[in-house]
Amino acid sequence: MLPPPIAIRVATEWLSARARWQPLEVVFWLAAFAAIWLFPNRHLILTEIAWLGLFALSLDLILGYAGIISLGHAAFFGLGAYTAALLAKYEIVNEPVLALLVAGVAAMALGFVTSFLVLRGSDLTRLMVTLGVALVLRELANRYGWLTGGADGLQGVSIKPVLGLFHFDMFGHTSYAYCLIVLFILFLIARRLVNSPFGLSLMSVKGNPLRSSAIGISVDARLVAIYTLAAGYAGIAGALLAQTTSFASLEVFSFDRSADLLLVLIIGGTGYLYGGLIGAIIFKFMQDYLSQLTPQYWPFWIGLVLVVIVLLGRDRISSWTAPFRRVAAHLDWRALVRRFSASSGEGRSS
Amino acid sequence: MTVALETINLVKRFSGIVASNNVSLQIEKGARHALIGPNGAGKTTLINLLTGVQKPTSGRILLDGEDIGDKTTHERVRLGIVRTFQINQLFNDLTPLETVGLAVSERRGQGLDWWRIVGSRPDLIAEVVEILERFRLTDVIDKRTGVLPYGKQRLLEIAVAIACRPRVLLLDEPAAGVPEDERHEILAAVETLPKDVTVLLIEHDMDIVFSFADRISVLVNGALFVEGSPEEVARDARVKAVYLGEELPDA
Amino acid sequence: MLTILFDGIAYGMLLFVLASGLSVTLGLMNFINLAHGSFAMAGAYITVFLVNRLGVPFFVSLPMAFLASAAIGFLFERTLYTHVYRKPHLDQVLFTIGLVFMSVAAADYIMGSSQVFVQIPKYLQGQFEAFGIGIGRYRLLIIVLCGLLTIALQFILAKTRFGSRLRAAVDDSRVARGLGINVNWVFSLTFAFGCGLAGLGGALGAEILGLDPTFPLKYMIYFLIVVTVGGTSSITGPFLASLLLGIGDVAGKYYVPTLGSFVIYTIMIVVLIWRPQGLFARAASR
Repeated sequence: MLPPPIAIRVATEWLSARARWQPLEVVFWLAAFAAIWLFPNRHLILTEIAWLGLFALSLDLILGYAGIISLGHAAFFGLGAYTAALLAKYEIVNEPVLALLVAGVAAMALGFVTSFLVLRGSDLTRLMVTLGVALVLRELANRYGWLTGGADGLQGVSIKPVLGLFHFDMFGHTSYAYCLIVLFILFLIARRLVNSPFGLSLMSVKGNPLRSSAIGISVDARLVAIYTLAAGYAGIAGALLAQTTSFASLEVFSFDRSADLLLVLIIGGTGYLYGGLIGAIIFKFMQDYLSQLTPQYWPFWIGLVLVVIVLLGRDRISSWTAPFRRVAAHLDWRALVRRFSASSGEGRSS
Repeated sequence: MTVALETINLVKRFSGIVASNNVSLQIEKGARHALIGPNGAGKTTLINLLTGVQKPTSGRILLDGEDIGDKTTHERVRLGIVRTFQINQLFNDLTPLETVGLAVSERRGQGLDWWRIVGSRPDLIAEVVEILERFRLTDVIDKRTGVLPYGKQRLLEIAVAIACRPRVLLLDEPAAGVPEDERHEILAAVETLPKDVTVLLIEHDMDIVFSFADRISVLVNGALFVEGSPEEVARDARVKAVYLGEELPDA
Repeated sequence: MLTILFDGIAYGMLLFVLASGLSVTLGLMNFINLAHGSFAMAGAYITVFLVNRLGVPFFVSLPMAFLASAAIGFLFERTLYTHVYRKPHLDQVLFTIGLVFMSVAAADYIMGSSQVFVQIPKYLQGQFEAFGIGIGRYRLLIIVLCGLLTIALQFILAKTRFGSRLRAAVDDSRVARGLGINVNWVFSLTFAFGCGLAGLGGALGAEILGLDPTFPLKYMIYFLIVVTVGGTSSITGPFLASLLLGIGDVAGKYYVPTLGSFVIYTIMIVVLIWRPQGLFARAASR
């Protein structure tokens, strides 16, 4: 038996080590920020990767951490996009960062209201309901064309400089830095959250909701909370799209967008936060390459990738992301016990 | 005597079947009360009704005199009525440390804390380690629950319930499926429960029942059949008849 | 208004034939096949090819569409789908979405992206008046054919040995296996049959629903609505759900054209909240 003081220190170290920044993470973000200066001619695609990564991150929060399958996450993305575009077009909120926040709040509101729909029911029900919500929004956007620009999209949107200082240019320099900073900040918050007691409770809800409620967790309340937050993140991603392209159209709500998003997250892997980001990088480059080869039929290849991934097995695919997964890996308990026993002068180990 | 848990004419009907038939039960504070009965008697249904997993067709449930009938499962846990499951309901991907840690953290009201890192509160961890030690789980503290041997999982099932600091603990067949030679561990764990915790034990293993309980209720076909001290119940011919499937003497 | 009812019934029955295969698949193997619409599209395009290009008579092309779709379904089931049955729902969703994308692109490549129409025989075109309502000839055909199919389905399920094996396997596949029923074989045949029905429905429906490569995506939600609202434990559930959906959609588009499909989606969401297991399903035993 371990003497209690050692056991406590080992347990503390073991638990908190997971939240510490791993070297690979630091490299990842340094590289991402360095790209601002190192790859100026790729800023356009990097911008897309940034907001797509944020969008995928938001899906990971509900799919990877809370276990909710959604086929309509584009609903929040699209709402954020249109909100930001409309705020800019009618000059209601001129500063982009402020507009971003408003768009996020709007998406969170929608997320909150629709969260009750995904609390009950099977996987299929959730799938249907989330799909239904996205389709309803698309229909609404279509019918109210006088507001949204209908099938042609919202024209005449011009985005003012960020913080009044940084103009959006057509090379994407400001866009990339802007999106990356937003992504990074939101990532930091999400990272904190998944390593917190709340995050642990989400994983327990995903694993066994019956057991969770049996230890006093209000499953519904937790799901509503994370769904709302994820919706907000998706809305901000959509707003970033609208702001960096000065455009919004119906296809922000489309099924294709929700389906592509699933693929992005699956490529990278769910449940460790970096999956969406890595998936976004791979997806965008893959899309870039494939649409140069076969501009009209590239969905075929995307579909093929999906089929192959599932047939090969998602775990086998995600095994190559193992270095990143070690972010959440467990330290060696025995080694910790030896280290702490030795340092406290007691030669025993359990 | 103070009554910790009471049911008044509790009835549960499932399209034609009466799973609980006018069950009126009174359990004293600090009691070691056992509920026995043949399979299908409605014991687990009763636990489900007490914990809010199922809603009664009619009747009331009082915890320390307070009606908890309209409270959800997790609300009842907060009020102090906690259960274990007959078939292990654990978090297969979490370790015992995290599982018990989660229960303790929720009890302490830190469940909504999204900013603090798990593991940053030594006092919480001290409590978790102490509970795990009591249930002899420290040697598997860092292993995924899914790979633990069944006996250890069963102990964890009880440990998690204890971590919630219940006022009333409902144990649903804690020794179910545990190999003969490991049963004494379960029994030991059950016996070391704090004296002020009221325990309602459902069991088939009569050794455990008779060594543990100071009062026994017998449930047959959803209704309370006989109730009394262990000696009284052991002597009662009707109880033997019910278990052996014999014709009941005209009661 | 009766015309709308008539059109709605035709639409609903068509939806039923299209979606019935999906309902059985879901109920039998708990498998979410989002690519069901692709098999319908296959049948529709095959009919277009046979009738428009090869001059095959319309009524001959219908059973051929059925057989072709059933064959494709059988092939896919034996080679691809079998690997995905035991995987979690998310994987099934991803897999079938992948198939949908592939089929849409393939159809685009082979048949072109514009909408095509079947050259239906002259005697099926137009309407005639009866009891004061305008009765579209083609829609009447749909009602008759689909009605016959529904009755046949009910008969097969209730009266034949295959039907009872199928019902047993849907109810509890483990027990069914224990009784010696070859559940895998039952399922392959049923899946193929469902795809065949979808193909037939597609062939019949091309005229009314509009046929272009995005067909599986456009109508995916409708099939899913039929299945989730109608439940998977009977024929009558999806049948009634299809009728409801058909009449609702036609009426909605006529009376409230500004909102169109919005009405359907909202009704679906409301129903799913109120009764997650479907309006007509018995409480699931699983």
